[in-house]
Formats: sequence, C-alpha cells, structure tokens
Amino acid sequence: MKFAVIQFPGASCDLDLYHAVTDVLGEQAEYVHHQETDLSAYDAILLPGGASYGDAVRAGALARTAPVMEGIIGAAKDGKPVLGVGNGFQVLTEAGLLPGAFLKNRDQKFVCRSVKVQVVNSRTMFTSEYTEGEELDIPIAHGEGNFYCDEETYSKLKENNQIVFVYSDGNPNGSVGDIAGLISEKGNVLGMMPHPERAAESILGSEDGLNVFKSIVKEWRESHANQA
Amino acid sequence: MPTKLEPTAEQIRDEKIYAQMGMTTEEFEMAVKLLGRLPNYTETGLFSSMWSEHCSYKSSKPVLRKFPTEGPQVLMGPGEGAGIVDIGDNQAVVFKMESHNSPSAIEPYEGAATGVGGVLRDVFSMGAQPIAAVNSLRFGELDNDRDRWLFEEAVAGIAGYGNTIGIPTVAGEIQFDPSYAGKPLVNAMAIGLLNHEDIQRGLAAGVGNTVMYVGAKTGRDGIHGATSSSEEISDDPGKERAPVQAGDPFTEKLLMDACLELVKSDALIGIQDMGAAGLTSSSAEMASKAGFGIEMNLDLVPQRDEDMTAYEMMLSESQERMLIVVQKGREQEVIDLFAKYDLEAVSIGHVTDDKMLRLFHKGEVVAEVSADALAEDAPVYNKPSREPGYFREFQEMEQQEPEVDNYTETLVSLLKQPTIASKEWVYSQFDHQARTNTVVAPGSDAAVVRVRGTEKGLAITADCNSRYIYLDPETGGKIAVAEAARNIVCSGGKPLAITDCLNFGSPDNPEIFWQLEKSADGISAACLALDAPVISGNVSLYNERGGKPVYPTPTIGMVGLVENLKHATTQTAKAAGDLVYLIGETKTEFGGSELQKMQNAGKISGKAPAIDLDVEAARQESLLTAIREGVVSSAHDVAEGGVAVALSEKLFGTKFGADVSLEGSAVSALFSETQSRFLVTVKPENATRFEALAGDAVKVGTITESPRLVIRGKDGSSYIEEDVTALESAWKGAIPCLVNSAD
Repeated sequence: MKFAVIQFPGASCDLDLYHAVTDVLGEQAEYVHHQETDLSAYDAILLPGGASYGDAVRAGALARTAPVMEGIIGAAKDGKPVLGVGNGFQVLTEAGLLPGAFLKNRDQKFVCRSVKVQVVNSRTMFTSEYTEGEELDIPIAHGEGNFYCDEETYSKLKENNQIVFVYSDGNPNGSVGDIAGLISEKGNVLGMMPHPERAAESILGSEDGLNVFKSIVKEWRESHANQA
Repeated sequence: MPTKLEPTAEQIRDEKIYAQMGMTTEEFEMAVKLLGRLPNYTETGLFSSMWSEHCSYKSSKPVLRKFPTEGPQVLMGPGEGAGIVDIGDNQAVVFKMESHNSPSAIEPYEGAATGVGGVLRDVFSMGAQPIAAVNSLRFGELDNDRDRWLFEEAVAGIAGYGNTIGIPTVAGEIQFDPSYAGKPLVNAMAIGLLNHEDIQRGLAAGVGNTVMYVGAKTGRDGIHGATSSSEEISDDPGKERAPVQAGDPFTEKLLMDACLELVKSDALIGIQDMGAAGLTSSSAEMASKAGFGIEMNLDLVPQRDEDMTAYEMMLSESQERMLIVVQKGREQEVIDLFAKYDLEAVSIGHVTDDKMLRLFHKGEVVAEVSADALAEDAPVYNKPSREPGYFREFQEMEQQEPEVDNYTETLVSLLKQPTIASKEWVYSQFDHQARTNTVVAPGSDAAVVRVRGTEKGLAITADCNSRYIYLDPETGGKIAVAEAARNIVCSGGKPLAITDCLNFGSPDNPEIFWQLEKSADGISAACLALDAPVISGNVSLYNERGGKPVYPTPTIGMVGLVENLKHATTQTAKAAGDLVYLIGETKTEFGGSELQKMQNAGKISGKAPAIDLDVEAARQESLLTAIREGVVSSAHDVAEGGVAVALSEKLFGTKFGADVSLEGSAVSALFSETQSRFLVTVKPENATRFEALAGDAVKVGTITESPRLVIRGKDGSSYIEEDVTALESAWKGAIPCLVNSAD
C-alpha cells in the first residue's frame, strides 16, 4: 500500500507522517510536491500538520489554492482514504471536503500537550482498529484548533455519526461539541486536530495514535483482497 | 529621482558623525589610517558596524581567549556560524546560542522571534538540519505590566517563530529578578545534525566565483542593529527608535530546506547567514576568512523598499537572507534549486584576488575597503578591571542559616517563586514534539532528542544562576557549567561541549569587566574539569538601563550524548517502594539562595555556595555509570530551593508521595543550596549495586503509595507533611496567576 504525504510550502509535519507510515508501520510512502496534480498512483493521501504558507490569512486558507488540491479532491471523490492532521484538517475544511471552520484557540495561545481523546465512532476506515469509547493519549499542537460550525451542521454531524473523536478530559481549545476529529459523509475523508503520528512509538510517550494508520492499512488490504 | 544627501567625508570627520554610529575618535582615526584616506559615509558605516562589540568582540576578546576550545570531540570550534562536535557514526552535532536582548527590550515579540530565526540560520548555514531549539530567558519580577508584557510577548515570539518553522523547542530555563526589570535577556539556542562530509564554511574562495544573494528581500529594517545592541537601553522615549527586524518563519522554512538541498551540491563554495550587520559582515567575513576579495553590485540586491542607499543596504538587518558563493558557470543550477522553494537566488558579485570589499551602486564605486580591515583589524581593548567593594564585603560574611518558622509554608512559598514554579505556562506554547524525536520533553532536567536511525540521543540544557555569579563570579561561573552538566548526566548523557552567551552590563565599568573576567575563569575551569570545551558563543554587553546593569549572566548551553536511549532518564519518581538517595553532603549555604532572596525582598548577600570541581566530576561520573548500568530509576539535581524543592519536583506529575528523613539542622537540610548534590530513586533490588557505584550516596527514604510528602529529622521529628497535590497546585498555579494579575 502506498501513501502520499503532501508537501505544502512551509508545512513541517510531513516528516512526522512519513516516518510513522514507513519506519513504524513498514508501509510505503512518498512525499508529493504541492505543484503535483495527479495522485492516482497512491492508495491513501495524508495532509500534514505544521503551518502551510506560514498560516497566512487563516491556517489552511492558502493551501486550498495549491494545484495538488485537484488531486486531493479527486482522490476523495474516488473514495480513497484522505487524512488531514492539524493543519491538514484546517486545509480540508477550507477546501470544503469537511464542514466547519477553525478559530483561534479559546485562550488565544498556541497549545502543545498530550490530551485525552475518546473514539466516538470506530466504524470508519480510520478507526476500525479501535474500540468504541476507547480513550487515547494523543498530543495536540495548534494555535487555531477551535473548531466551529453552526448548530444545524452540528446536529447533522451527530446524526450521521460524523464525529469520530472528541476531547474527553477538558476541551483544550473551545471546539464546538468538544470535536477533535470529523469524517466526511461518505466516510473516506477524516480530519483530526490531535496528532496520531506523534503518538506512534512508546519511546515518544504513546502508541495510541498508531491504530489510525493500522486501520487504514487493514481496510485497504481487506477491500483489495475482496477485489482479487 | 531624488538622491539622499549624505554627509561628505570631511563632514563625517569634522562633525564627528562617526560617533552617532558608535565609533570613538580613536577608532575613526584607526580606520582612516587603515584606509589611507577619509572614509565616505557608506565606508564609515561598514567600519562602525564591523567594529561594534557585537561583530568584533573588541572588549571581550581577551576574555574569550581564556576558554578551552579543543578536545578530541571538537570538529569545529568558535569562529564560524556555530561549533561542531563529533558524535560517532560519521555524524556530528552543531550548536550555538545567541542573544537578542536589545531588540527584545523594545519589541519583545519580534525581538525574540528573530532571535530564534537568526540562530537557526547559524546552524543550517553550517550544513546541518536543525533538530531542536532551546531558550534561556530573564525578566524582571512579574509584578508590573511592563515586565509581564515583555515576558508574555517574548514567549509568544519564540512560539510564533519556532512552531511555524517546525523546529521543536525542547528545553529552556527562565529566571526572574528585579535586576532584569525592563531589560530582559532573550537567548536562543539551536541544535542541528549533519554528516561529516556536509560541513560548510563561510568562505568566498576562488577568483571569479559568483557571489549570490538568496532569501528575503532587503528592506530598511534593523539598520545598525549591531551597533545599537552594543549600547545601553535608553530611557529617553525619543531616542528609543525601533530598529527591530520583523521575522518571517515561513520564508525561513523555505530558505532552510533550500539551503540544506544546496549543501549537497558541489557547486557551493561557501555560505553564511546575513546576521548582525547583514550584507556587510557576511561579505567581509567570507572574503577575509578565505583570503580573497569580493566585488558586489548593489543595484542587483533584491530590495523591498524604494530608493535604498548603499549605506542602508549594507547595514540592513532584514531577516531570512544568506550570502553564498558558487562555482562560476553553475549559477543557473542554484537559481533553479531555489525556485523550487519559491525563492530568488540572484548573482550580485564575484570573488577577486585583491582582498578588497568593493561595492558598486548606480555605476559608481561607493566603497572600497580591505576585507581584513573590517573583519580582522578591529581594535582589541584590554579594559581595566577592578574588584567591586561588595565582593570583599560578601566574602567576609559567614554563612548564616535563615530563620524559618514553618517549614511547610516556606516550601509552598518557595514553590510559588516564579524562578522555581512550573514553566508549563511557557513550554505548552512551544511545539516541543515536531519532527517526532522528543524522548524527554520540557519539564525534566534536560531534554533528550533521538538521533533518528540510531540508538543514540542528545541531551540538551541551558543554565545559569546569575545570583551566584553576582556574589562571586568565578565560583558562579563554575556552578553554571557544573549545573548544566548535572542536568545532562541526570538525563543519561555525557557532556560533549558548551556554547555560551555572555550577558553583562557595560564593560567600560571596571567592576563589570571584572565580573566578566572572573566568570570566564570559572567557566573555563569547569569546562576543563568536566571535559566540555566551548565550541561557540556570543557576547552581549551594555545590558543596562538607567545606569543599572543586569546581574552578570553568562548562560551556558550544553549538549551531551546519550549513548543508548535506554539510558534516557527523567527526574520524576517511577514506583512506590523505590528507595530515595541523596548524593552529596549538605552544608549551610544560603548566599544567593532562593530562600535568601525571598526573605529579603529580592536582595542577596554573602558567599555563593562553594564548589569543588574534582568532587563534582567524580560524582557525575559515578552517577552516569549507575544510570548506564540501569540501576537508577530517576535522577534530579538539587538546585534552587534545596532538597525540599527537588524532592517535591520528583513527585509532581506522578501519583506518589515520599517519606524521607534528613540529617543536620532542619533549615539547611531542607533549603540549603549546597552544590554537587543529586536526588535519585532506585528500585530495592538495585540498591546494592547502586551503592557500590555511587560511593557517597545516602539512603534517605522511600517513594510511597500515599501521595504525601513527609520529611523528618533524624530524630523522627516532623519537618514537612503535606499532600503532594497541594504543593503541586501551588507550583503549577504561580506563573499563570502572576500573568493574569493586573496592576
């Protein structure tokens, strides 16, 4: 299985995703430059955290205009797994692949620490290796992680089981409904503010994020075994 | 087009215009002699900035020469952007600490941010991928709006730059004292990693090779920053112009990635950051170091502002720029490489054989000066030095034990002192996990960062207790290095080398120059004793406001090698039932202590704690051996606030308590700051082996299931009994509470 790790200018956590997939999981991954438009060679698309375009205008606002978005939107339409972490989540909302928007953290400060995250929906291609209700230790690192959507959108997200992760021990940034991770209606685009790639090795403090990647791989293997 | 009127060479001489640029009459006359004629306005600017303290170290050179800079591990000592130390397997670690005090006193957000940006460039200009950032900060007490603002904005600036560029800020230290009121110290350190063959130097060699400018455009920001950072901070609001540069971490991220690709190319001859004195220092130093000359056409310099003069372009300190020299004929490769990162690379000149720095602007030669005259021939001053009266007075005072009525209340008060209190409010704003290599995050003695692809790690710390240095600079200098080494050893590392940032008041004051000299003696002695040579550093003088200097603050940044990440150790207790050992005897030593400062409204006096470097080295070595053998569960040095504070810190963040009994009189046993002491915990089954390795370790108690801190005297009398949660909330809440309080 081959992952694409998108490189938006200035987004620095490409390295972290790349190593989680290759060194830790032993899968293939390639960096894909932001000018690339064809992502057909890849089975899953990863949008990294960091600060693409230096977070100019709004976090994620400029990355939406990068040529590679064409390929990302195409992959999403084709039903391939598309995962955006941190800034990647912000890009997905800016590009309209996920609903809502991000505001500055409630207390206006960047926050980097481990938080408790609960798995609300384990029946997705990103969370099938978790059990529903499981509580995870995963770090956050963001200045604009305060997820916002209107009430109507929020009820719809709940109804459709699109809320995949919530903050379960205090809300670190003011997000509506303690939302930490959201999936598209179709179920193949996931955005999350906690960084699962930073919780993929016990030596770094937690392995609780690894199952996000393991779930992607497992679902892909199963669907491809069926096709074969 | 209007041309700006610049003073003539004669006017510069007669009206002493050079003095406005920070040059003395003697220095101006020296420049005239070297030049063989009167310098024009641009040339005067070149001399004044290159001969500023910041660029030339003219006052501090005689002191810096004392530092031991060699060792089998040192691949490159002071002189380049950053020093380099071998860590085996063809890899090396590159590091440097730099001050950004003067801009941070005026515009703390941008001052601190560009401090981070500048020191990162020092590291990647050596060819190294930055892997971590560290900071050392000093502020006045957080009891007034001005100092709170300086503190909050400087922290935000470091976060804004470091988080955006994606280099984790893994460690730091902060102290608060009235001596820093209105004149904060902002020292930033960067650590990078490279393979030996990728080491770069700032050399402009090979006649005809092309000088290229890469990165951000040049604007009028920061003109004469090198000079103004070599002057006292003015209280006159009219004079407090803001030459502060603005940082752009996004551009720096692109520049960093592009430069790290460029260093793999054999087209590159030399590369140097345009730091202090920008285009002037980079061009003059690269030519001088290589023994060549440089000719540049300033019309070709990418410019952000209109109608910039040669003087302005040469002295601008716009950020995120580098000067590179590439093989003639291979310019297009370099242009294409930078274009991939949306950056411009522009040929602006070439290398010559006449050792001159020659500048053209609008078809005319606007400056023609020997590169060596600028970079090498600055005057060196042997400043007068005088022992201050207070020193003798303090040395004659006997160590006295302060009076303490209630030990528990005193411990709580100490834990709330901002210098001791939890710095989580600060480091939670720093992305300390980017690049996913942070094995030990901020909050322990030293950070530990994995060297990816190996079993090794780097332990990183910054330290300096300036109160000890004020009381006794030589002893305090020794302690600063020893404490840094203790932090490295407690984390499972062996000290490799140090970088230093010498922050002092005006060297023109003989008593301050004496502090500088004596502390350098102490630092040198400790570097030799602990086998940690000085590989890079920075000097920041004139840290004064209204004639009042900061405490002498020679900050030490140290990197150590953790041979195997299995040795990485943290300060916190690991399991109930583990034995608590105190290594090192406790004496009555309260000069400059946190308790003395707290009880005397910020004032300190007396002797600094004594230190015996042989004892220090022996204890560090045996503790490291024990850690490497795997018989130590946690290790923490005993520092500000003494054993009571160190023991509390071992319990914070855990669910445990401790029950210990201490020898000697209560106040000293609990709060004395005797040096060369450690608190470690050991599993009972490892006790015999540990005791055999750590000869002078004394078993003082155990880690308990019950989350209470109990400290007793040897006779069983209770000194302190308190819930750990109560202590922890005092410790954690102190800084947020001070920040949120208003006048």
